[in-house]
Amino acid sequence: MQSQTGFKLATSLDELREVVDKYKDTQGTTIPILQDIQEHFGYLPEEAVEWAADRLEIPRSKFYGVATFYSQFYLTPRGKNIVTVCSGTACHVKGSEKILNRLTRDLNLPEGQNTTDDMIFTLEKVNCVGACSIAPVVIINQKVNGKAAASKIALQVKKLGKEEDQA
Amino acid sequence: MSAKSIEIMVCMGTGGIAAGGDLVMDAFYSQLKAAGLEANVQKGCSAHKVGCRGLCAKDVLVDVIVDDNKATYEYIKEDMVERLIEEHIKGGKPVEEWLVKEDYHNFHDKQVKVVLADCGNIDPESIDAYIGVEGYKAQEKVFKNLAPTETIEIIKESGLRGRGGAGFPTGFKWELCFKNESDQKYIICNADEGDPGAFMDRSVIEGNPHSVIEGMAIGAFSFGASIGYVYIRAEYPLAVERLYLALDQARQKNFLGKNILGTGFDFDIKVKLGAGAFVCGEETALIASIEGERGMPRAKPPFPVNSGLWGKPTVINNVETLANIPAIIRNGAEWFASYGTEKSKGTKVFALTGKVKNSGLIEIPMGTTLRTIIFDIGGGIENDKKFKAVQTGGPSGGCITEDMLDLNVDFESLAKVGSIVGSGGMIVLDEDNCMVDVAKYFLQFTQSESCGKCVPCRIGTKRLLEILEKITIGEGTAEDLVRLEKLAKDVQSASLCGLGMTAPNPVLSTLKYFRDEYEAHLEGRCPAKACRQLLTYTIDAEACTGCGACKRACPTGAITGEKKKPHALDQELCVKCGACFDTCKFNSVGRE
Ligand SMILES: Cc1cc2nc3c(=O)[nH]c(=O)nc-3n(C[C@H](O)[C@H](O)[C@H](O)COP(=O)(O)O)c2cc1C
Ligand code: FES
Repeated sequence: MQSQTGFKLATSLDELREVVDKYKDTQGTTIPILQDIQEHFGYLPEEAVEWAADRLEIPRSKFYGVATFYSQFYLTPRGKNIVTVCSGTACHVKGSEKILNRLTRDLNLPEGQNTTDDMIFTLEKVNCVGACSIAPVVIINQKVNGKAAASKIALQVKKLGKEEDQA
Repeated sequence: MSAKSIEIMVCMGTGGIAAGGDLVMDAFYSQLKAAGLEANVQKGCSAHKVGCRGLCAKDVLVDVIVDDNKATYEYIKEDMVERLIEEHIKGGKPVEEWLVKEDYHNFHDKQVKVVLADCGNIDPESIDAYIGVEGYKAQEKVFKNLAPTETIEIIKESGLRGRGGAGFPTGFKWELCFKNESDQKYIICNADEGDPGAFMDRSVIEGNPHSVIEGMAIGAFSFGASIGYVYIRAEYPLAVERLYLALDQARQKNFLGKNILGTGFDFDIKVKLGAGAFVCGEETALIASIEGERGMPRAKPPFPVNSGLWGKPTVINNVETLANIPAIIRNGAEWFASYGTEKSKGTKVFALTGKVKNSGLIEIPMGTTLRTIIFDIGGGIENDKKFKAVQTGGPSGGCITEDMLDLNVDFESLAKVGSIVGSGGMIVLDEDNCMVDVAKYFLQFTQSESCGKCVPCRIGTKRLLEILEKITIGEGTAEDLVRLEKLAKDVQSASLCGLGMTAPNPVLSTLKYFRDEYEAHLEGRCPAKACRQLLTYTIDAEACTGCGACKRACPTGAITGEKKKPHALDQELCVKCGACFDTCKFNSVGRE
């Protein structure tokens, strides 16, 4: 994993330099920079964050302080397929927890872990995606599924897993 | 084909798209083209996430307008388009059975739309569409004909109060900022919309972004801000996209930028993407976040109007507050104040969701009763279950019970019964919802969103949550209830910011109105049958037909049995997920 990110970083340093340099000399840039880095890598690799901090002469600790504060930032790589279960109020009162429990079990995710060991799936919950009238909502790879039933969603995820196996 | 004009409007909000709105749109495009019909297919609906007209539970909603005769269809899928074209557009006869029904009209009849007036009617991606409905007229009036103090006076007289939660009078906020001398002032639009059951701000930006921009420009001009920010959740990609587009269009037409409308006044708006933290909706935390820091609130005073972004005077207003501004300027303070109650003027947008039939986005005059909202507009409870409570104000709010349904919805009345208007989430609960679970849900939310700066909130919410968890698994004691109540009050009074101060509200209000449910949990019972650990599932051998549905649904293999013979459930293996209960068509799975 380590060398892989190092490699990735090296091949795209030029692009990253561009990303970072456009923020030089402007105020309040920590969050947009992290957002850009994450957009690029899919998460925040340590090397990239530290490299950017050094280049902009902002303390590394500040970057980490910010990165750990906001739920949008991921410090570890994420799975190939992202399954997002809405846990907003409307979805909760319509049974989103059942869906979450079911998927957690189906994907064999131990407590505190949300990406499968084979990196095929990341299961996450978010607060309200703003489609409450079709609650409960599950987003599978950016496709919004409204009025979702646990069994149907489980089936979809299973199918995705099978496709990955064959690929 | 004799029709002179054909117009199709497809609801393309998040809700509409999820229901297949883009597929329907494509079907119309290709089939109308193939048939050689001239038509104007547009993304007519805007408040869309919720579906354009607010009723996105019925998506995909489609308007077919032939020569100014409009028919609205519900639940449209792409394979239905062909028949709509054949029978309605070519044949001139609307497809009766797909038309919206009475409840669609009931949903709209009792609403009064100010903020949402054009959401769902105009293409949000076209500035000309906005200008076509008097858009930017108010800005012109303010910039060319009114002195700043006159504008502020109009807003004060209208009685508009902030829609972001606290209800602070907007005109006064602007005046305070106006009176502060400074080389630089800012206006910030708060589009963080952190309440996890609310989506009106998103709808407004997705459906009518220019109204918010115009409101900001009017504010900026009147108290002298040259830079504005919209702080918007990154989780709202469609809103962000439309906002950027609208800003570009407004710049091109010189409603933003340098020397706006020849007045010599410069003003532009930047967009800041929030990174997912509820507390950043709080104004001082939001400012810290724009400055690139961890989004932690600080003690007030000083208030942002005195020392805000980078220490400069700053007005922060909610999206809906700002979207009201152009209408007030256009129609006058008196017109606005003619809606609502004595102290709460105008209309308010609510996200009516949960166990209600017509769930969606609604806008009503302040002072409308809950009964009207839930039973007339909302059409009553889904599946004709029994109404239990309505939760307003999200994690900072409380529950309102059946005997209070005739309460007027306004800032004062809701506060009196221990809830708040808040940002406008309104979640209807039925007999299947456990109130202890609802309280636990909100506590989980606030506990994980606590920024950790002050101890009462950081530790207090954690302890509260622990007690609630203990109760929902049936291990709570009578002392726990006493401790819960006392601690809730302590957290309320000792926390630094609004998050901690209001976090205990859901607990206190459920304790007040549903104490019996808490007590039942102490005896190991969940009356609503919602708390997993307190339930036991069984199969009634008499009623079981052996169809095998539950066996297939069971994720742990706890159910066994031969086909057409009664099945059995192994309690050891059962994880109480309820899949069998939900699948059984013969009511033979029991739950106690
Ligand atoms: C924890 C917390 C979260 C808040 N979240 C929001 C929010 O998401 N949107 C919002 O407009 N105001 C929110 N507020 C209120 C803001 O601090 C502020 O009062 C509001 O944006 C002012 O605008 P208004 O006067 O137009 O209502 C929140 C307050 C607290 C304490
Ligand atoms: S609560 Fe899930 S979409 Fe709003």
